[in-house]
Amino acid sequence: MSTAPALSPSSVKALRNAVIRLAGNSQDGIQSIGGILARLAGRTQQDVMTYMTIPSTISGGPSIFQVHLGSGEVLHPGDDSDVLVAFYQHSYDSHISAVADGGICFYDSGEVTELKHERGIHHIGVPFTSATVEAVGGSARDRGKNIFVLGMLCAVFRLDKDKVAGILARQFGKKDESVLRNAMLAFDAGFAYPVGDITTFHFEEGEHKDEHRISSDGNTVMAMGLIAAGVRYGSAYPITPWSSIMETLRTELPRYGGIYVQAEDELAAVSMTIGAAFAGHLAVTGSAGPGLSLKMEALSYASMAEIPLIVINVQRGGPSTGMPTSIEQSDLMQAIYGSHGDCPRIVLAPQDVEDCFYIALEAGRLAREYSCPVIILSDQALSSRIEAFTEPDLTKHWIEPTLDLSDRGADFKPYPLDAMTRHAPPGTKINGKYPHVTGLEHDEWGHPSGNAKMHQKMTDKRRNKLVDLSKKLPLPEIYGDQEGDLLLISWGSNYGQMKESVNRLRAEGHKVGAAHLRHIHPMPAGLDRLWAGFKKVAVVELNDVGVYGYGQLAMMIRAAYADPKIQSICKTDGLTFRIREIVTGSEKIMRGDA
Amino acid sequence: MSSPTLDTSSATPATALVTPPAEEKLTKKILTADHPTWCPGCGDFAVLAAFYKVLEKLQYPHEKIVCVAGIGCSSRFPYFMNTHGIHFIHGRALPLATGVSLSRPDVHVFVFGGDGDGFSIGGNHLNHAARKNIKLTYVIMDNYVYGLTKKQTSPTSPIGFKSKTDPTGSIDRPINPMKQLLASGATFIARTHAAQVKHMVDTFERAIKHDGFSVVECLSECVMFYEGSFDDSTPRKGGTYEIIDEAQHDVKDDVAAFQLADLPSPGKFGVFYEVQRPTKNALEQKWIDETQAKLGDTPQRELLRKRFETMR
Repeated sequence: MSTAPALSPSSVKALRNAVIRLAGNSQDGIQSIGGILARLAGRTQQDVMTYMTIPSTISGGPSIFQVHLGSGEVLHPGDDSDVLVAFYQHSYDSHISAVADGGICFYDSGEVTELKHERGIHHIGVPFTSATVEAVGGSARDRGKNIFVLGMLCAVFRLDKDKVAGILARQFGKKDESVLRNAMLAFDAGFAYPVGDITTFHFEEGEHKDEHRISSDGNTVMAMGLIAAGVRYGSAYPITPWSSIMETLRTELPRYGGIYVQAEDELAAVSMTIGAAFAGHLAVTGSAGPGLSLKMEALSYASMAEIPLIVINVQRGGPSTGMPTSIEQSDLMQAIYGSHGDCPRIVLAPQDVEDCFYIALEAGRLAREYSCPVIILSDQALSSRIEAFTEPDLTKHWIEPTLDLSDRGADFKPYPLDAMTRHAPPGTKINGKYPHVTGLEHDEWGHPSGNAKMHQKMTDKRRNKLVDLSKKLPLPEIYGDQEGDLLLISWGSNYGQMKESVNRLRAEGHKVGAAHLRHIHPMPAGLDRLWAGFKKVAVVELNDVGVYGYGQLAMMIRAAYADPKIQSICKTDGLTFRIREIVTGSEKIMRGDA
Repeated sequence: MSSPTLDTSSATPATALVTPPAEEKLTKKILTADHPTWCPGCGDFAVLAAFYKVLEKLQYPHEKIVCVAGIGCSSRFPYFMNTHGIHFIHGRALPLATGVSLSRPDVHVFVFGGDGDGFSIGGNHLNHAARKNIKLTYVIMDNYVYGLTKKQTSPTSPIGFKSKTDPTGSIDRPINPMKQLLASGATFIARTHAAQVKHMVDTFERAIKHDGFSVVECLSECVMFYEGSFDDSTPRKGGTYEIIDEAQHDVKDDVAAFQLADLPSPGKFGVFYEVQRPTKNALEQKWIDETQAKLGDTPQRELLRKRFETMR
């Protein structure tokens, strides 16, 4: 958490980081200005992480966008905000408690009338609406008040005005000329608005001076990673929060000679994708939890038929339709065990927005190497939040798609017991019998087989692929203390918050470390070496503790290592972890009263 | 022209769109694989024999033939063909075949299945593969009963049919395959009969040569669970087999096709409907070509690097 900027008469104060929360309704365009602030940070060597809540209603409803800008490493979107921008009374009422002591609240003085003067919070009333109408004039009504606020924040934080103008021009320049003109009018009016005698702030120079920094959201970065991994085909069905990946692939893949198909349903989507994989391509399908459930029969097939495949699940709140625009990590067991039968498949989880790129590349590599489905468990927070990171080096991270149609000899077997399956896609000449790809238990040639011994051998083969992988996976590094009171283990988008919690706990004098798992199934072999030197282990995840008191990853690790010192820090309130929630949970476990 | 996924540098002649004549002559002997697991007397044997005959006639390159099926007795078809084959899950053969067809314009995709697979569990996919006009040929072996699971009512079982799930006789109105396919937007729709080998061969050949989604319903008797189902269209059992006279019936006229489809059992056989409409395969390729024309010779890796530039 950043410390609240103390106000003083001095004119400019240097900052290392600040959390700005924009609270309004979803149609006010606060995501849009939040996104611009985040992109700006990426361009100016600041680090950035954003946090967004969106109502799942079609239009309207309260919505926030929180931007954490920092000159150092930004690990989390921020518990409390230093600055609140409240567009309405309801925004003010809901979010004033999230402002740090001594923070600043800008509010629309035409909308917010009842203020709570407490905890040294500085209230600054600005007529966002009427000042915007005045600046833009005429028929625009209050459209553009988000841009007015952007201008105001630019002035307060002394952000690079020219760069903001550049981003605005890119965003609005493609539309009618008057749109950009009105946006610039609103921006200039906000920038010039006299907010009174307050401190302005200046970010210290960031640590990433010489690198190409880019800022983007996890879904976009995942789509870019898939393209770099060599994916050119696939199919999906729209569902929140997955859809933007399929939209990006649909739009981008024709540039690379590929096709992304919008299927009639989730079953068709996974089937078309398996079709493209059978045809010899690296292909991807994806969905959120409900859609993954619908794909389960076909995914069991892909394990049995040994089809390489990437499947992305952008998790959201469940069960059932649940909370489509909220975060949860409750699909872990579904990802590993959701299908009928013993059907081994690989499950990976990216740790932050940047990792969405690299995890997609790894998924492609593993799918090909082990000829099996690879599920990537992303989540709602990663899907939409914007982070700044170093631009991936495509000279190192780029797989050229290939289609292996080389002739196969008479001894070709699609399902050899003593080697990895390497299918011969259609178009391959076979100098013997042609192979059959099948979901029935089969012999090495793909003939259906009800032979009991053969079923055991093939089950062994499919399982041993994952056993082999688990032995090759490196143990995650421990952040913080290498031995001591407590080891935190987490997965997915909790990465930054867990590290920040370790910083906080160590500052309090505890000996705490943290390990983050990107490989959920199989886990790296010998995972218990991680916690050998710790008194307790707490698995931090966003799912329910269930009947037995342990979250889903905690259950997996307990099942694998049967170590009673493994405990859980879980919650399911639809929001990402706050640092203080992990800190409090850790303290309880260390005290022994959890 | 290479398959769209291929980096041009790695394209091989094996993926050329215009396929050269097969090196070895495809014969029934070469095309035969496992011995069919069907019951003696099953109509599907004749369908398999007819399909061998068509392939002998067409002489496509051996490695370019792909047989796809879902689940059911007739869906065992790919195992009996010595060609590339995939036996998928129940009802999803069409979307799987769609994935093959769209991503591999150089291969010939054939889908086989029954009435349960096609009209019941896979019904939604039939509608969408048809409206998208996916380039493939789909043969539905319709026996009016679930055979693999031993005599339950199927979506084409006539009212009154006694099965294990309708012991007093089926009460649900059966679907009319021809009308269903007409409404779905399929561009080639025909009906044939397993006891009419010559008509099957002719119909399959025409379906395969159609540039688009071609579907053939083939009545194929299940001698175990619905014996005598097609006697009224089997001349040697006293039935009538009347082939549509295309001098009288305009195959481009969907209203006339609907009227033909409404005739009482056994109805007529042959081509009900045949029109040309751009395939999804062609339309997607057009989009790719137009998109890539604007990009010039930019290497793919450079395209992605430029995309990152916009995110700086």
